[in-house]
Amino acid sequence: MHELGIVEDALEIAFEHARRVDAERIHRVTMRIGAISGVAPDALRFAFDVATRETMAEGSAFEVELVPVRCRCVECESEFAPDGLFYECPACRTLSADILAGREIELTSLEVS
Amino acid sequence: MCQECGCGKAAEYAVDGVPQKGGSRLVRLDAPIPITHTHDGHEHTHEHDHEHPHTHALDLQVGVLDKNARLAERNRGYFHGKDVLAVNVLSSPGSGKTALIERMIAELDGKRGVGVIVGDLETDNDAQRLRRAGAQAVQVTTGTVCHLDAEMVARAAEKLDFADVGLLLIENVGNLVCPAAYDLGEDLRAVLLSVTEGEDKPLKYPTIFKSAHVVIVNKIDIAEAVGFQRELALDNIRRVAPQAAIFELSARTGEGIDAWWEYLERCLRSMDEPHGAP
Ligand SMILES: Nc1nc2c(ncn2[C@@H]2O[C@H](COP(=O)(O)OP(=O)(O)OP(=O)(O)O)[C@@H](O)[C@H]2O)c(=O)[nH]1
Ligand SMILES: [Zn+2]
Ligand SMILES: [Zn+2]
Ligand SMILES: [Zn+2]
Ligand SMILES: [Zn+2]
Repeated sequence: MHELGIVEDALEIAFEHARRVDAERIHRVTMRIGAISGVAPDALRFAFDVATRETMAEGSAFEVELVPVRCRCVECESEFAPDGLFYECPACRTLSADILAGREIELTSLEVS
Repeated sequence: MCQECGCGKAAEYAVDGVPQKGGSRLVRLDAPIPITHTHDGHEHTHEHDHEHPHTHALDLQVGVLDKNARLAERNRGYFHGKDVLAVNVLSSPGSGKTALIERMIAELDGKRGVGVIVGDLETDNDAQRLRRAGAQAVQVTTGTVCHLDAEMVARAAEKLDFADVGLLLIENVGNLVCPAAYDLGEDLRAVLLSVTEGEDKPLKYPTIFKSAHVVIVNKIDIAEAVGFQRELALDNIRRVAPQAAIFELSARTGEGIDAWWEYLERCLRSMDEPHGAP
């Protein structure tokens, strides 16, 4: 999908924060990406290298923390990590659409100097 | 880069052919998020005046699409204020979004004004088709961007006369991947799947199906000719998207469209209640 756009948006936020603390360089960028956010981590990594060229983040380390899907069962209210595409409650077999985690596209931290 | 479509961010797009650059007047970053950072065992907010040869960790935890989410909420409030039900229509290219919208305009026949915002990479063919069908239509040409976002919808909505609009249909860019992540401020998200695309589309693109309020199986008039395995397709949709209402119809012949209408009319009636979405 639009990984380059996502990285550009994330970097815009990162530069803004780096500028606010008068940083000159960004050394490390960390993101959290949900398993069903629609963002492919490999494509994101590639886009990151492209988008940081000739910026204060050029050459910086890029870390992606993957967030697995977590659901809540609408029937028995148990929380579970689904296995595969169908989010079936392991306790009562109800299919769930109540997704608690897994859609994140987050800029978690920066290391600057 | 973008695996599906090579898109970048929406730096430049056009609404009815007029280039839109920079942020819209509706778009502004909220108040700065306070920054604390830790180093050498101390924690403090900036502005501090000691020298920093060392690196700082900035703890941010911000959603990259937060700005879009805020704008989408604003759009939603705006549409509700105008008593308009907004439907985001998504599908692969050619599955029949424009055809379905044309049919809906024709069947409403002026009884309820329809506004349409159409996203496309290049042409404004769809908007022209929809104007001919009798709706107010605004075309957003997104250039390289493979999805509509809330800002584009806000800009396009400024061109619509909502005094005459009760139903806003937003035809997203034909793409089952990227549009899934962008809330536009809609009440209803309708994902189309046409019978020519294969029964396994929900398994290949689960994210978009999981975000749907409604899944519409289109082109049922040619289902038999293309050997569409109906039960398998429905089963895949139900299992990937148990939350979605499913409709099977033909935008071309109108077969099956009544159930979809009834559903929409229920949504329109419940607009007066606190929230329109079922
Ligand atoms: N047989 C049949 N053909 C259909 C139906 N709906 C749409 N089509 C045809 O499918 C083709 C594509 O339809 P469009 O409505 O342009 O599809 P779209 O999803 O708007 O396409 P993009 O805007 O390019 O993403 C056209 O030739 C339509 O006439 C249907 O219900 N039955
Ligand atoms: Zn894309
Ligand atoms: Zn359960
Ligand atoms: Zn310090
Ligand atoms: Zn179309």
